Amino acid sequence: MLILKVLFRNAFRNKLRTGLTLLGITIAILAFGLLRTLISAWYAGVEASSATRLVTRNSVSIIFPLPHFYKDKIQQVTGVKTVSYGTWFGGVYGDEKNFFANFAVEPKSFLELYPEFILPQNERETFLKEQKGCVVGRKLAERFKWKIGDLVTLKGTIFLGNWDFVVRGIYRGRDKDTDESQFFFHWDYLNEISKKALPGWADQVGYYIIGVNRPELSGDVTVAIDQLFKNSLAETLTETEKAFQQGFVAMSGAIVAAIQIVSFVVIFIIMAVVANTMAMTTRERIGEYAILKTLGFGGGHITALIFGESLVITILGCLLGGILTFPATKVISHELGAYFPVFNIGRETLYLNLAAALIIAFVSAIIPTRRAIKIRIADGLRRIG
Amino acid sequence: MAIPLAYNFRNLWTRRLTTILTVSGMALVVFVFASILMLAEGLQKTLTETGSFDNAVFLRKGSNSEVVSGVTRQQASILETFPEIAIGPRGQKLFSREAVLLVALTKKGSDKPSNVVLRGIDENSLFLRPQVRLVEGRLPRMGSTEIIVGTSIARKFKNIGINEKLCCGMRDWRIVGIFDAGSTGFSSEIWGDGDQFMQAFRRSAYSSVIFKLWDSSEFENVKSRIEGDPRLTLEVKRETKYYADQSEVMAKFLRILGISLTVIFSLGAVIGAMITMYSAVANRIAEIGTLRALGFKRRDILIAFLLESLLLGFLGGVMGLFFASFMQLITISTMNFQTFSELAFNFSLNFQIIYMGMAFALIMGFVGGVLPAIRASRMIIVDALRAV
Repeated sequence: MLILKVLFRNAFRNKLRTGLTLLGITIAILAFGLLRTLISAWYAGVEASSATRLVTRNSVSIIFPLPHFYKDKIQQVTGVKTVSYGTWFGGVYGDEKNFFANFAVEPKSFLELYPEFILPQNERETFLKEQKGCVVGRKLAERFKWKIGDLVTLKGTIFLGNWDFVVRGIYRGRDKDTDESQFFFHWDYLNEISKKALPGWADQVGYYIIGVNRPELSGDVTVAIDQLFKNSLAETLTETEKAFQQGFVAMSGAIVAAIQIVSFVVIFIIMAVVANTMAMTTRERIGEYAILKTLGFGGGHITALIFGESLVITILGCLLGGILTFPATKVISHELGAYFPVFNIGRETLYLNLAAALIIAFVSAIIPTRRAIKIRIADGLRRIG
Repeated sequence: MAIPLAYNFRNLWTRRLTTILTVSGMALVVFVFASILMLAEGLQKTLTETGSFDNAVFLRKGSNSEVVSGVTRQQASILETFPEIAIGPRGQKLFSREAVLLVALTKKGSDKPSNVVLRGIDENSLFLRPQVRLVEGRLPRMGSTEIIVGTSIARKFKNIGINEKLCCGMRDWRIVGIFDAGSTGFSSEIWGDGDQFMQAFRRSAYSSVIFKLWDSSEFENVKSRIEGDPRLTLEVKRETKYYADQSEVMAKFLRILGISLTVIFSLGAVIGAMITMYSAVANRIAEIGTLRALGFKRRDILIAFLLESLLLGFLGGVMGLFFASFMQLITISTMNFQTFSELAFNFSLNFQIIYMGMAFALIMGFVGGVLPAIRASRMIIVDALRAV
């Protein structure tokens, strides 16, 4: 207990300097936490994916459709429980800046396959009945102040024209990482109009989502489905939902990697600042260390004193920074909600914060400690200030 | 008389460890700041250099990229009759119909698939893109399943090379050449005969039509004619504008990310500089008293300490920019959110970024040094001299 008191007293002997250092660490930990959260937001889709869902798409690339009749063939594959399908609509609400994901889906099987989208029973029924109906996520509805029964018009970028929808349901996410900002509507509605306006897209779907009975079956089912359509006009590529989402993340992998590097750079910057503080502190106290040595304290004690002081400062900064991460995340998730629908602080982030603080404390104490231990008592006592 | 600059240099030299730590902290901040600006600049440079100012691009109304656009054969024929089209060396109209598709190819290293632009060209496309140069092999024959690939694709993707085969659309596409289009988006594309692509991938419409204006000022005429013709549900953009629009979202994302990061980092570095300068003042109280006693004014002391701090900033800036300039050797290849396809671009340094980086470093030095310098200049001579 006494040693802790000494450490705190020592740390706050120069209030201004320690205060500034603390502020520096707090900012650094805050930045580190936010960057880590940003990276995990990138992976939110991967995290939220289910092991029992597979995604089948055209093997050439995602922009090529698959015929609608594949549904019945896929349904016959052993192990397949539910087949749903959808098309990326790419509609824009008002301005292009108001981006959100919107899909045309087969509603019944879709809701069955995504139990994490929780829709009240009555809303579900009215949505299924009305072809122009759409269901939106809670966050999306809040963003545009949509209520049940509102008329929403999207401008198609792929499917031209203005498309009218009636909001028939607002879903909530079951889990913390469920995306609550999606917009989906009846695939039949899209298909009906496509038949007239865009014959090339009629009876075509963007992707199939397949629910399997047990996760262990997914390997066999994947192979069986792709085998089924081998050498056809539209060959398929089936993978688990996780792999599919990971593919998306990997495409912008360079940016994720850059953010990752930058998040470590901030640790280096703050290391330089803390090491500087510790170097100054020990330089000022060389005389004291000499006195301690005269009294019989060994190198171990002095090491403990310096490392302890460094730890006190960084841990305090880490705590402050960690606490501030929460309100800061709230603000950012509000600002960037359109790009990152799920923006949560992970538990690993908090552990990493602590690890970073420990590393900063130790690394920045090494050189000053070496100096303090090496100094000869007579030299230390002779030095002033 | 001002305090000589050598005094500041010697001071920094005496506290080498502290100086190095402070300078490297600032250098890192400048490095990150410059790198991210360089990245955004490189992206924009790549996409704006991709287009030519005199080329007009026609896309379906409302579609923001060639991938989702569609121009019917009939519309293309109407466009071909426009009088504003420039005439090429062989007397042909510099007019090309292109089909743009995306195919998923496997990247080297990560083994992950990434979308690559497959551009179906016709015989005039190369005249419209003078920046495209063949570096290996030969050009594809029209009417065959031969293709040529851009240098970035050849470098970054698996199984891409002369005489390799690419299999998609139930056909084998033989690579017969590799082309270089400098630091433009075309370097990240694969080119082949457009009609072959359309048959193989069952497309009935072109993605875009491009022609060269015989006179740059004719653009407005073309635009008003398009808007007046109900058969042409198209939109026209200058090619430079078209590509600049495609880099907008990503460049903005990089800039916002970069600037918010640097603001946070610079707070850290300013604090570092402040700590250093405060301790520089605290350690030199007697010295400051002596200087004042010798007749140097308060203002001289203030300037001396500010200069010292600015010097720290300057050193940090030089170091940061020095290392950042090496980033130019690195090429980033990633997905452009707007077009959903792979794009390679370099970090690109220009004088504006150098000025901004340097200004930023000096501002950090100034902000970090101003409070300690004021404290130093406010000291009372007698008290200062008494301090040990």
